[in-house]
Amino acid sequence: MLSRVADSLYWLARYTERADNLARLVEVNLQLLLDFKDLDNDKLKEHWDPVIRSTGDEERFYELYDEANSQTVTDFLTFNRENPNSVIGCISAARENARMIRDQISSELWETLNNLYLFLKSNDAKHIWEHSGAYEFYDHIKDHSLRFQGLVAATLPRDECYDFMQFGRFIERADKTTRMLDIKYHILLPSPSDVGGAVDTAQWVALLRAASAYDAYHAQYLANIDPANVAEFLIFSDTFPRSIRYCVTQINARLHNISGCPWGSYSNEPEKLCGKLMSDLIYSNVQDVIGFGMHEWLDQCQERLNEISQATYQTYMFQKPIDLAEEIQQQQQQQQ
Amino acid sequence: MDLSAYQTDGFFDEMFSAPGVVRPHYQKVMERLQSLNLQDFEQKQQAVDLLFLRAGVTFTVYSDNQGTERIFPFDLMPRIIPQGEWEFLERGLKQRIIALNMFLHDIYHDQKILKDGVIPPSYVLSAKHFRREFVGSDVPKDIYIHICGSDLIRDKDGRYLVLEDNGRCPSGVSYVLENRQAMRRAFPNLFPTAGVRPVENYAEKLLKMLRNIAPRGQDNPTVCVLTPGVYNSAYFEHCFLARQMGVEIVEGRDLLVRDFKVYMRTTKGLQQVDVLYRRIDDDFIDPSVFRPDSMLGVPGLVNAVRAGNVALANSIGTGVADDKVMYYFVPKMIKYYLGEDPILDQVETYLASEDKDRQHILANLDKLVVKSANEAGGYGMLMGPWAEKEEIERFRVEIERNPRNFIAQSPISLSRHPTWTPETEQFEGRHIDFRPYILYSGPDDISIIPGGLTRVALKRGSLVVNSSQGGGSKDTWVLYGNE
Repeated sequence: MLSRVADSLYWLARYTERADNLARLVEVNLQLLLDFKDLDNDKLKEHWDPVIRSTGDEERFYELYDEANSQTVTDFLTFNRENPNSVIGCISAARENARMIRDQISSELWETLNNLYLFLKSNDAKHIWEHSGAYEFYDHIKDHSLRFQGLVAATLPRDECYDFMQFGRFIERADKTTRMLDIKYHILLPSPSDVGGAVDTAQWVALLRAASAYDAYHAQYLANIDPANVAEFLIFSDTFPRSIRYCVTQINARLHNISGCPWGSYSNEPEKLCGKLMSDLIYSNVQDVIGFGMHEWLDQCQERLNEISQATYQTYMFQKPIDLAEEIQQQQQQQQ
Repeated sequence: MDLSAYQTDGFFDEMFSAPGVVRPHYQKVMERLQSLNLQDFEQKQQAVDLLFLRAGVTFTVYSDNQGTERIFPFDLMPRIIPQGEWEFLERGLKQRIIALNMFLHDIYHDQKILKDGVIPPSYVLSAKHFRREFVGSDVPKDIYIHICGSDLIRDKDGRYLVLEDNGRCPSGVSYVLENRQAMRRAFPNLFPTAGVRPVENYAEKLLKMLRNIAPRGQDNPTVCVLTPGVYNSAYFEHCFLARQMGVEIVEGRDLLVRDFKVYMRTTKGLQQVDVLYRRIDDDFIDPSVFRPDSMLGVPGLVNAVRAGNVALANSIGTGVADDKVMYYFVPKMIKYYLGEDPILDQVETYLASEDKDRQHILANLDKLVVKSANEAGGYGMLMGPWAEKEEIERFRVEIERNPRNFIAQSPISLSRHPTWTPETEQFEGRHIDFRPYILYSGPDDISIIPGGLTRVALKRGSLVVNSSQGGGSKDTWVLYGNE
């Protein structure tokens, strides 16, 4: 496979996954506000600031808007093209990548993505806010995103193309799970027993819903919502497909599929880094994370995911840029 | 739908031999149309437009910085060619492509046609796209034009005329295949009864032709489509063909030449490429030989071609055959190389560089169509009868200054075809042309896809069919029989 194509497949998958996560994050937080009493500007800011921070684009947000409220955040995270990490920014970028490599993916996959793009282009925040309603809108995005994932599963051969796409998807998903947990990190400090109260429970439920983990969580933990259990579930579950451990296991599997190197050993830098992270996730638990400092642990995890994707880029996708002038000169000498 | 009020206005009409008299090969379509009401028809048209938009069958217009994507307007009324007419066209097109390939081989080798005085040598040697550095170079199987898309028109008597030969990188074939698919969805029941020849195996034939020119007699050569990139207006087509053939689509930056061999840069290292279906013009294909500022090409590609390590389709240097001055000589080429009379006629042409012709041109600028020798897409053209006085004078100065760059033709009253006009909610006559696609693997192995791209000038009275200037397209049916 061309290195450039591998790069596009990786970004295609990352951007669609990112858009999907954003849609759920915004929707759940909009829902959450419905349970608050006496909302004023300060409370709204308090609510939305961590959400913006979790996307890593806080600075850009305050360059574009004066205050954080439901409408500005919705606009920023969904429609604003000046934010490349908005839903429409992500879907446009995913579509551009897909356009470059249309020959590699099924036409159904392309059409689903293109339909979503056309749908987003024909909407804006004001319209959603005043007419059609946010719930239906984000539902529509999630629907397309799930269809996209279903088509990846149902129409792509299990070859290098699939491996690079799934690699990108799980890198993004693991990263997003760390960021969603980070929104609530302060509650877990210093000790999980300090937390309580109705609003907090609502916040943790929202977190689980944003990760589409609410039902799966309840199937595993029969008791009430407990912050430490939620963290354990989203980090360490070996069966839930959005937990960090599950994602890293998938990343590891894709890397070994691509190289053909058996599990338990490594043939290149990304495999080595990923193997280490996976073993840390297998051989630690939520108490270790809390002891280390949840925020610091999540930060470090993001950093390690970054290193894995950087190393993968270097190994498979990066090609030394051609120095045209030098190349031309060399070829002209051979002509003489 | 009612076509009883349809007017032919004195033009040759593809569907009606006279007002109210439908030609036999359009009878079945006519019956189907009559069974539809306006609402059904408009619904079908909308469904088809949406289909194209969703599938991303679009071209990009760069008039604004967003790079707007548009669909190529598609008209539901098919253009139909009966078997007898098609066989005649096939014979004529085959004869023409054989002669063009013989001509290109000749001028890049012995130049007999010039030495025998059939074509004045200066015309060839001064042609913009003549690549003198390739004189004496061999190309695989002596084939220069592998893929050709000659443009055909019909005059007021329905006579087919060749308007130009596109022997470089003719585009549009993806629309032939997409249009057919759209028609099948819109009128699924019509096809089994109408006796329409399928076009779907084009990609298969294209791949077979490309594998046929692989160097080193390889059984399983690596074939790639070389594209200028995602910002090229025909990128959709490049991708479409690569996907249908199951080959990689590459850009210049994906390729590298080492030791006179072409490699692509893959996740598993360098992999050698044997055949390139290139959709980049000569000028941009190798900055070490042609335009040094080209960022699209591959330095050293020409070295690899000369060393016989990679084959190109089409070969380098075919652009000379697209020169409109060369067009004038094609009937003479056919006679010279094949000893035959041309089967297909072409438009009567005057050369501005011939004294007698030039006098005729300059005296009749307001009656003639003047064309630059090397422009395409409807640019660099003077439509005398419809032009403003200043424009005519501008061309007069240009022609006198650089006669080699101009030819002139009498305007042809292009045939018309019933075409849906949303404004009036009825069918009206619109001018059309036709581009068939020819795959050439040698004089005895030529295949022409039974169909082609019918372009239609959607504006009333307009003769310009180009997609960039208000043109649309129709599905083109070639029938098994004559009705």
